[in-house]
Amino acid sequence: MHELSIAASIVESVTESAAAYPGSQVREVRLRIGALSAVVEDSLQFCWGVSTEGTPLAGAKLVIRAMPVVVHCEACNADSEIGVQSFRCPRCNALTADLRQGRELEIESIEIDTPDEVGVPTALVQTEEKQ
Amino acid sequence: MTTRIVELRKGILKKNDELAALLRQRYEDAGVLVLNLVSSPGTGKTTFLERTLRELLARGARAAALVGDLETDNDARRLAASGAPVRQINTHGICHLDAEMIAKHLEGWDALGPNSDLAVLDYLFIENVGNLVCPSSYDLGERIRVALLSVTEGEDKPLKYPTLFNSADAAIITKIDLAAACDFNRDLAVKNINEIRPGIRIFEVSAKTGAGMDAWLNFLGETRSKTK
Repeated sequence: MHELSIAASIVESVTESAAAYPGSQVREVRLRIGALSAVVEDSLQFCWGVSTEGTPLAGAKLVIRAMPVVVHCEACNADSEIGVQSFRCPRCNALTADLRQGRELEIESIEIDTPDEVGVPTALVQTEEKQ
Repeated sequence: MTTRIVELRKGILKKNDELAALLRQRYEDAGVLVLNLVSSPGTGKTTFLERTLRELLARGARAAALVGDLETDNDARRLAASGAPVRQINTHGICHLDAEMIAKHLEGWDALGPNSDLAVLDYLFIENVGNLVCPSSYDLGERIRVALLSVTEGEDKPLKYPTLFNSADAAIITKIDLAAACDFNRDLAVKNINEIRPGIRIFEVSAKTGAGMDAWLNFLGETRSKTK
């Protein structure tokens, strides 16, 4: 339902980042989407098509990496992957509220084709990671 | 052509998150406790909030509310009956509130005076659009996110909507005056909330009879004094 808003945010953000590479074409946009992000992949894919239509991002592929929930257990001093129905350490069965992964809603990277003659920065790595 | 991969590592909702961080700072500076109320449509957010506002005013506190709704201002009018200042946010079809809508509606709100000064308030409640999915992605800068669930909805609601319940700081079980009529299994509901959000504060209330309201109001008072 809010995937359309999410898709619009991705379009805006990727367009902004791709502007650093004049004449480039975005081929692929890679996302990390946590199991607790409230985003439905199919719905986001559909909205991506709709949102990019008629924009420079039209035809770019959206690749979604699903991130499972990972919790930390104090007693076991261990991180474990769990489902979303019970926030318990799978080793000792204790409840744990210490979430280490699963809320991601992030653009990991983009794959772009750049014209050879254009001098572009070789590694523009922004480190604006949230969480 | 050269194909290259550009690492971005950028939050999709970065703009919302940045604005929410500014709002959070603004709330803190003003000493106002801000709460974001989220539930399905029909859980009783408005009735619960109306009673909360009324009782806070009766205790001498200064409280106000922003209320999100798709199209109508019915909820704002109901809440205004409490005597507290209320402002409606119509999202026109958008299923959640975002930080920008909040920032926009804090400006030019007569309740805050000509300088939109939040320090005139002790409590600001934001009643989100009735929806248990989308609001969980959007930080509004609130200090406390409150997830509500009524006894008529079934004990397994937290399991069905883990994203929302897991992101909440407090949970309210509403309409407990109807619990017997619905064969509501209170222990199971509490257990399910705890499975999704271990250790969360849970309040069981009836806005109709007033049952459980004192514990909730005391929690608000304590939380606010910790804010200052």
